[in-house]
Formats: sequence, structure tokens, C-alpha cells
Amino acid sequence: MSQKPHLDREHGQHLFRQMLRIRQFEARCAELYQAQKIRGFLHLYDGEEAVAVGVMQALDERDAVVATYRDHGHALARGLPMGALMAEMYGKVEGCARGRGGSMHFFDRRRRFYGGNAIVGGGLPLAIGIAMADKQLHPGAVTACFFGEGAAGEGAFHESINLAELWDLPVLFVCENNLYAMGMPLELAEAETDIFRKAAAYRTPTEAVDGMNPVVVEAAARKAVASIRDGNGPYFLECRTYRFRAHSMFDAQLYRTREEIELWKERDPIPRTQKWLEENHMISPEELREIEGQVEAEIEEAVAFAEEGTWESVEDLERFVLMDEVSE
Amino acid sequence: MNDRSAREGMNRMTYREACRHAIRDALINDARTFLMGEDVGLYGGCYAVSKGLLDEFGPERIRDTPLAEGAFVGAGIGAAMAGLRPIVEIMTCNFSLLALDQIMNNAATIPHMSGGQFAVPLVIRMATGAGRQLAAQHSHSLEGWFAHIPGLKVLAPGTVEDARYMLKAALADPNPVLIFEHIVLYNAEGELDPDVMEVDIARAKMRRPGRDVSILAYGNSLPKALAAAETLAEEGIDAEVVDLRVLRPLDNATIFETVARTRRCVIVDEGWKSGSISAEIAARLSEELFFELDAPIRRICSREAPVPYAAHMEEAALPQTAQIADAARNLVKPR
Repeated sequence: MSQKPHLDREHGQHLFRQMLRIRQFEARCAELYQAQKIRGFLHLYDGEEAVAVGVMQALDERDAVVATYRDHGHALARGLPMGALMAEMYGKVEGCARGRGGSMHFFDRRRRFYGGNAIVGGGLPLAIGIAMADKQLHPGAVTACFFGEGAAGEGAFHESINLAELWDLPVLFVCENNLYAMGMPLELAEAETDIFRKAAAYRTPTEAVDGMNPVVVEAAARKAVASIRDGNGPYFLECRTYRFRAHSMFDAQLYRTREEIELWKERDPIPRTQKWLEENHMISPEELREIEGQVEAEIEEAVAFAEEGTWESVEDLERFVLMDEVSE
Repeated sequence: MNDRSAREGMNRMTYREACRHAIRDALINDARTFLMGEDVGLYGGCYAVSKGLLDEFGPERIRDTPLAEGAFVGAGIGAAMAGLRPIVEIMTCNFSLLALDQIMNNAATIPHMSGGQFAVPLVIRMATGAGRQLAAQHSHSLEGWFAHIPGLKVLAPGTVEDARYMLKAALADPNPVLIFEHIVLYNAEGELDPDVMEVDIARAKMRRPGRDVSILAYGNSLPKALAAAETLAEEGIDAEVVDLRVLRPLDNATIFETVARTRRCVIVDEGWKSGSISAEIAARLSEELFFELDAPIRRICSREAPVPYAAHMEEAALPQTAQIADAARNLVKPR
């Protein structure tokens, strides 16, 4: 696989389409939350789409993904069916985790999606183990592990990066630095606010990139994944990004200003990519309308799938507490 | 078969050697299995369990870790989810608190929360218990805490035979299994029956039959319970001793059967009494066997304080043979 993204018409539109799918899907999620179809915690990825979409371009089927509780973008970009995600948030048994995990805990064994983890930093040690297994059983496979900058405060972050480097493990660490750990501003939480420097202290190759640009993220991820597949051990990408919406549906956003949000919105990866495609004659108005229509149709279909879904029998409440077998 | 010691007629071994043989067998029998933990390699294991294994299996399969319980336990979980069969050693259960998030939020939770997509076939071994004057931070008995958690299996070998064969059963299990090895038992010696080469990790086990009272114990409380039964026998009291050995899921059938028969019960638990596994067992007995009982259930547990260093204080803090015998005696022949 080439290290540089080949930015032809098709690929440029693909990046745009993937980001738009996430944005529009989540817009519908927010509506459905207000309508009380979706409950619990709902953490939206608005603004950060370029990170998941960019990174996933560098991965293929053999690779594994460990996500956070803000996992809608990772799951969609990884190829989990939108209907299964919506059904999961409806709490239906047709959901990607039988309705047991909800928004924060998407899983898909077939697509090597090891779950949205709702303990900050909790997924990093898992990624270490998955990479250990892959190194022995499936050489060449990479585990992409996503986490926010808040994870840098946790011991698990430091312990895991150390192990990955010490043991030369094929892990791509992807820090989604959106500047706030829930409401805690980065500069109030960390003495060193350049997160990548912490990873560099463990001798891991690092790069900090504009997380609002899918092409930049993709290029960096391709370079990182190529290095990992070549057997050079882990790689750490810090993607500087921003979430446009509240942390969750319960957040009054007292910790940041409207002006700051508006400033970041000028860098919104979706209109920015659209404009770039238009200026370079890589998308026609007809194609744009077609993509928007397809995304809308996919969302409608996903909502219908969730609506038509069924409830898991209460009889099955204890099912899978203990497993009967390990599926290989 | 793979039990070389039995074949060579070396049936007598220590609990420590039994643990080592079990790990060695596991590494020989399954290329997916490896041992990972603090000082398991070069040092040979804090309690010398893995001594010699690094030379035989190399550093990939006897993997020394830094002091990072959360990360290496989590790595064991991830490796199990992705196809390996790790044995993770936590030097002592006291340090397992640093990995509690991974054990509870990931190992115990993900199989269920993923709708059955991801099993976690992982074994975590840890040393537990008091009795070596190691003071409070190295003397906890936390197996009862872990037994609270759905999704885990919790084992406590109290005999050389169980130390020898529980690991094999635990590795064959598709679930995360925690094995608590008692620090005082590592030097205990026992004779292995060459005809027995496996252990049923679903069942408790009667260690001494009796008619008058059931003493339920596990880990290092088991030898104390057996000693108490000997004392009682001299007085004409016939105590039955049941080795709980599986703390989650509890073997209700065996527990209820013995207590229904003797109609009296003493539970011995090195954990603190409040909220302990002994409390759970007593509650189940009162729910299910209330009308079969001839006497109140008695519990001998650790005193409700951090375990002190000084020998006389530590001894006073832990369940002892005389207390167990007294409790049983008073149930059978009330003063």
C-alpha cells in the first residue's frame, strides 16, 4: 500500500461521503434522542470526523480497531452497518451488541471492532494484547487504538505506550485531541499539553497533525501504518481536532465560549472538503446531490431497521455472562 | 501422559512445584499459552513458582513485565480476545487493585456487553492471604471481592492436587478465571494420586466425611479446618470438611447437600466477615435450608482490621484452628 493517499476524484468523494455519513447520522441520533428513541449517554463526534475517516483509509480487513465511548464515527468508518448501530442505540437485539451496549459500546467481531470503551484509557491495554496476539498469529496486522487527550492523564496511557514500544508491538495509537476531557481544558489538566511528546518520551515515533483535514490525517496514518507493518513497532498520531457539540446530551458547555466553537467551525472538515473538491473540479453539483441523497437514504433505512427491530427476551439477561465456547 | 512426575513415581511435591508443573504442562500443550507478569522470568517468580521456566521456554513465553498491573492485565485480556490463551500472574492479590478496572470493566464485562461476540479465555493467577508477617499491604484476602463479579470464575486451590490440576481446567474454560494461591500453602507438601489428573472446577469437594457438623473452608483455612476436625474427633464429634475451592460460581449443590445432612454449619473465611464470601454462603443457606438447620450458622473470619505485622497480632487477626473447633463444638454440644 502506498504511503500517500491517491487523491483522485473517486477517493476525494469517498472521504467526503464517509464524513457526511457520520455527521448526518449523528444529527439524526440527536433528534432521536430528543424524541426519546435513544436514551442513556450519547456522545457525538461532530467536528472530529476527519480523524476516524482519515485513519480508517490506512487500515484493511486484517487490522483491529479499539474505540472509545464516542465511537459512532469509528464504527461507521470501519464499515459497521448503519442499521446495526442505530438498532443498538434503540436497544434492539438486532443491534451490533444485541442492544446491551448502546451508543458507547459498539462491537463487531467480524470487522475486528473491539468495542467502544467507556473507561477513559481503558482500551489502550486491550490494544496491547490484541497486538501481541496478532504479532504471533497474524503478522502484519495493525491495531488502531483511538482515545482522547484526556486519556493522557491515566496511568494506562503511559503503561501501554511503554509496553508497545518495549515489545515492538504493531499498535497505531490515535490521540483525538479535542482540547477538553469532558469539561476539563487541556491546559488545566496537563503540564505538557503536546500529547505526542509524552509518547515520544517512550521512544515511540510520533506525529501531530491537523485533525480537521481528512487528507492530512490519512497521509499521516498511511505513513504510520506502513512503518508498523514493516516491523518498526508502534506509532503515535496526535490529531488536533474539536468537538462542535456538547460532550454529551447533558452538557451545558460552561467551560468554553461560543466564540471558540465558532472559530473552530470555520475549520469544519466537511464543508472544507466539499469546497476543496468543488474548487478542484472533483465533484459536480449532481454528484454532490447524489451523495447527499444516498446518505439520507441510508439513514432512513437505518432508522426503519431500528424501528422494526425486536427486543431481546428478558429470559436472556444472563446469557453470555459466562460463555460456553470461544468462537475462533 | 504429560504428568511426568507421576510417571516417574515422584508423586510427592509441594504446592509451589504443583503450580510450576501445571504452568509447564500448559506451555507444552498449547502454543497459544504464555506466562506474563512481574518477575516471572529472570527472578523465577516472587514465590519461585516459575523458577526455571524462562530457560526452558524463552522470554516470549515467560514474559517479564514492568510494574504496570493495569496494562499487562489488560494486555492479557486483549490477547485472549484476539486468540491467545494467556496466563497472567499478578504477584499478589494486593496489587490486583491496580488492575481492577481491567478485570471488572473489561474481562468480566465485554463478553456480555458485546452480545456474546468476544470471549475472554484468560487465566489470572495471584498469591493471596496472610500468615507470613508481611503486614497489611501484602496480606489481603480479596478473592471474596472478585467472587462478587458476574463474568468471572474464582478458584482457590487448598491442596497440592488442586494446585496441580486447576490451571488446566481454567485454561480450557472460555471465561476469565482467577486463581488465588495462598502464600502459606506454597511450601505445603502433598501426595498426588497418579490416577487423578484433572479437577472439576465447577464443584466443591468434600475432604473429610462426617455426620455432626459441616465445616466449609478454602485456601489456607482448609488445613486449619481439617486440623480442627481431628481435634473434634478425639472428643467424639464427627465433623465433615468441605473444601469450597470454587468461590464463583458457588457450588450450591455440594454446599446444600452437606449442610442438609449434618444440619449444622461453620464457615471459615480468611476475608473480613462484613460482605464476605462467608456472608454470601450463610445467606444462601438461610434462604434455602432454614428449616433443615438445627443450629445457627457460625462464621470464623479475619478480624475487621488491617492485618498487622507483629506475629501475635497477625495470629489473632486470622482464623485459627482452635476457634474453628470451638465454633463447631458449640454447635454440636451447646454449653
